[in-house]
Order: sequence, then structure tokens, then C-alpha cells
Amino acid sequence: MSATTLPLGTRIAKAWHRHKWSYFFIAPSMILFGIFIGYPVLRAVVMAFQKVTLRGSTWIGLQNFRDVFASQLFIDSMWHTFIYAFFVVAAWITSSLIVAALLQPLANRFQSLFRGAFYLPYVISIIVISLVWIWIFEPDYGFFNFLLRSLGLPRVLWLQNPDMALWSIIISTVLVVPGTGVVLYSASIGSIPRELYEAAEVEGANGIQKWMRITVPLLKPTTLYLMVIYTIAGFQIFERVYIMTGGGPINRTTTIVQLIYMTAFSDFNFGRASAQALILFAIIAIFSFFQFKVLSTDVEY
Amino acid sequence: MSETTGADVKRPARWSRRRLRRRLPNILILLLLTLVAIVSLFPLYWLFATALTPASATIKLPPELIPSEPTLENFRNIIKLSGQGKLKLPGQVIAMPRMLLWFVNTLALALISTGIHVLFDTMAGYAFAKRKFPGSNLFFWMILAALMIPGQVTLVPLYLMISEFKLVDTFLGVLMPGLADVIGIFLLKQYIQTLPSELEEAARIDGASEWQAFTRIIIPLAAPAMAVTAIFAFQRYWNAFLWPLVILQSPDKFTLQVGLSYIYNSEFGTNYGLLMSGAALASIPMILFFFAFQRYFMQGLRVGAVKG
Repeated sequence: MSATTLPLGTRIAKAWHRHKWSYFFIAPSMILFGIFIGYPVLRAVVMAFQKVTLRGSTWIGLQNFRDVFASQLFIDSMWHTFIYAFFVVAAWITSSLIVAALLQPLANRFQSLFRGAFYLPYVISIIVISLVWIWIFEPDYGFFNFLLRSLGLPRVLWLQNPDMALWSIIISTVLVVPGTGVVLYSASIGSIPRELYEAAEVEGANGIQKWMRITVPLLKPTTLYLMVIYTIAGFQIFERVYIMTGGGPINRTTTIVQLIYMTAFSDFNFGRASAQALILFAIIAIFSFFQFKVLSTDVEY
Repeated sequence: MSETTGADVKRPARWSRRRLRRRLPNILILLLLTLVAIVSLFPLYWLFATALTPASATIKLPPELIPSEPTLENFRNIIKLSGQGKLKLPGQVIAMPRMLLWFVNTLALALISTGIHVLFDTMAGYAFAKRKFPGSNLFFWMILAALMIPGQVTLVPLYLMISEFKLVDTFLGVLMPGLADVIGIFLLKQYIQTLPSELEEAARIDGASEWQAFTRIIIPLAAPAMAVTAIFAFQRYWNAFLWPLVILQSPDKFTLQVGLSYIYNSEFGTNYGLLMSGAALASIPMILFFFAFQRYFMQGLRVGAVKG
């Protein structure tokens, strides 16, 4: 009570004296955060409504958004991104769940060996991985066409054929089981109480019933988390496309981020690039929200 | 018990029919998983196999699945053909092949970024976990909100800012925006919250300053979480591509990832032996790093999942 009767200046001085170390501890992160995240986000929002050149900017209202939605290339790249994200999320969730379930009955040393093996490709940069895939997809001497030839099949122009290129990029992504998913599913399966399965066995449940009625429902929180992070990663696909095809042939693999990159750093149309980035943000936010709504019905052990 | 002793006495019984039948499902699972792992790891294997195959044998049909005459020829060539670069240190200039220069650049950037990043994140994580102060909730919610924003939103404004600061094509321009990474704060806050407060209080009663209480009590206790944060940060900085690609222009300043895409777009872009040896050089440190800290990687993944 007495504190409130003191003059405002004195109260601020006292609070500052009490809390100055707290502010000191958060200051470096908060200053960096303000300069390199907070301010750029605000500036991106403003720029989306401007025509921005290196010489200056003028307010043009919703023109950037109108241009973006009127552009066939944007609609195409949206479509490519959706196809990529859909197949990658579906394949990654399925494959990591199956691998994690298969790991469960094995001895601990095998489990950790396999977890390490499946995670290893994910510590390597996507640039390196993409270069290897270019080599695997190489038309004359690449490994994939060697396999096809050994089977007596005609060769495929994996990255050069406009109808094939996007699928090749998807294949290069889904053939590698995602390490994060395997590790997380395998931890969650391990923490399901054994009694649940024993009770189900007493009641005469078979393996498939136990799997569908106990394991899959109890893994829902993990599935939700993985779906959200994989969807976000899928929508943000860039490096693979940039290295493997550069968005070609004839823009048939251009994804949203590749388009943002080209709009900003080839066309130097910064305003339109900001509008595209905000649209991507909105799509990601809507999808994450939707996934939470659908999947986060309460799960209890 | 009796079964074990039985196996000791009669050695062939190790693979008695009963045992085999009991173990068969696991053996089949093991085989199946091995097959899946081979497919998953194949690109990585092919990277090293091609890097070790002589250039003349790379474009041969059928390809050699196992290099019959492994050689380091490609590695020597990529180091030579990447061109001569100059490492500019204060006071002296050292000439070295660009491949090595890129290695030095990447290592220096990753180490400096990781060090600063972990220190700042630990400080903030500590403040949010243990100290009550006006605005703490507001600041923390701002951080959580920032986690949702994809990097592409800030890419263009950041580029314009860096060019206004005249920091395009400088290491500082690459380094600074990368430091504003907030996920570590979240992780460290969660961990430091679980630590007892008594030690810190005792240190204060003994006359330690707030900074000393932080460095002598909190840092040693938070070391495991700091290690996890550092490992993921280092991996991210080592593999970073888009931002360095946008900022760096002179080949002598490239990082390994940007340098690899530069080589791929150069006259050597279709010499896959060369390309793979460059890619292998860029990956070997990360592979060793992973094997050294595998335990922390696995822990970190699970801590990250707590959010969901």
C-alpha cells in the first residue's frame, strides 16, 4: 500500500533497482530478437503493400496481392508445394510409425543402432543430399537408370522430364525414412503401459486389434506434433528444388519458397515477394490450426 | 534359468528348433529393418563410394557398386580445382585452396555463432525460469509467437537491412541475423525451471553477485541442456544455406554449402566424382560430430517434442 503512495519516478527507480539484473539477462536475446525478427516481420507486412525498389518505396495497397493471385506461376507453385507436402507428410508419418513399431520387440542395442542409422542422413546438409540425388538421377550413368536397365526397362529422365521432375524430388525425399519420426515414435511406443496390452490379450484381442485400438490412438500426440512439423517443413521446401532443378524444367517444380526467392533476388520485386511470404505464413498457420483442431481431441493414458 | 544352463552344456542347442521358432519373428524384423536402413542410407553410401572411385570409372557401365580401386584422387583434385583463395586475418593474408578456405569459414562462423547463441539463450532462459520481473510473460509470449513465423517472411526485409548497414558480403552480415534464434531460450527455460533454487540463494547470501551466481551455479547445472542446444545450433549453422547464399558474393567468403552449389554451377558441375568428394568433405565433420554426440541428439529430439 505504501508503495502506491510514492511518486511515480521513485517507484520506477525502485522497480528498476530490483529488476535490473533480470533485464540484463534477457537484454541480449531481446535486442537481437527485436532487430532481426520483430522489426523485419513488421517491415515485411508494410512492404507487402508497397512497391519496393532499391531507390525507395510507394504505397500501392493490395496491388501486390492481386498480382500474386492473378499469376499462373503462383497458382502452379502453390499446387506443386501442396503435392509435395501431402505425399511427404503421408509417407514420412507412415514409414516412421512402421519402423518404430518394428523396432519395439528388438533388444536395446539394436534399437539404438537403428535409431542412429535412421537419424544419420538428417545431420547432413540438404545441399549435399540434393547433389547425391542429382547423381543418382543422372540420365546416362546414374544409379536409378542403371537399375531400370538391369530390369530391362527404358531409362527415365528423372529431373529433365517436365512430367517427372516433381515426382523425382518427392521420391528423393520419401525414400529416406525420417529420423526424427522414428526416434519420437519409438520413445512414445516405449512409454505405453504394458498392462494395457496384457488386459487386451486377456480379452482375446489379436495383434492387429491391439495395434489399432491401443498403439495408434495413444500415439496421437506424437502424430500431431510430427504432422505439424512435417507439414511446415513440406510447405517450406526450397533447397532440394533450388539445387536439383532450379524450379524447372519449364517451372514445373517451382515451389512457393523457390518463387519467393526468384521474385526477390532475380526480379528484385521485394514488395511482391513479401506478399508471397505472408501468404505462405497464412497457409502454414491455417494448416497448423486445422491439424490441432482435428487431432488434439483429448488423449489420456 | 534351466534353458540357459542347457544351452551351455549342449552348444548346438543354441539354434534348437524351438528357440529358432521363438526368435524367428525378431530375426525377420531385423532383416526387414536392415533392408529399410540400406535404402535410407544408400544416398550417403553412394556419396562416399563415388567420391572414392577414380573419375574414369565413374562414367562407366555398369557402375561399380563397391569401388574396386578406391583412391583419394577426387579429393586431391577438388582441393586443387576449387581455385586459390586468400584467408584474410588481421595483419596477414594466407593463401590456401578455396575448399579449405570454405571449411575454415564455415567452422569459424558455426563456432562463433553457437558460442554466442548458447550464452545468450542460457541467460534469457535463466531469467524466464527463475526470476519474476514485470513484462516477463509478455516477452516470453513474444518469443513463442516468433517460433511460428517462417524464415521466408523475414528473408527480404533482413536482406534490405543488411544492405542498408552495408554488410552484404561480410561475415558479420551472415552471423548477426542467425543469432536471433529463440527456440534455445524455450528449451533452456524448461530445463532451468527444474533446477533447485537453494544453491543460487546460498551463493547470494555468501556475497556472490548476480552474474557470479549465474556463471558459477546456473551454468554448471544447466550444462546438459546447454550442450543439447549447442549441438543442434552447430548443426544448423554448419548446414545453413539460404541466408549465406543471399549475403555472400565473393567466393573467398563462401561457406561449404554455398561453395558446393557454386562448384555445381561451375564447369565441374557434371564431374560427379569431384562433386561427390566435395560433398563428402562438407559432410565428414557432421558425421563425426553426430557419432560423438549421438546421445545428445536423441535427447534433444525428445525434449523438443515436449512442446507438442
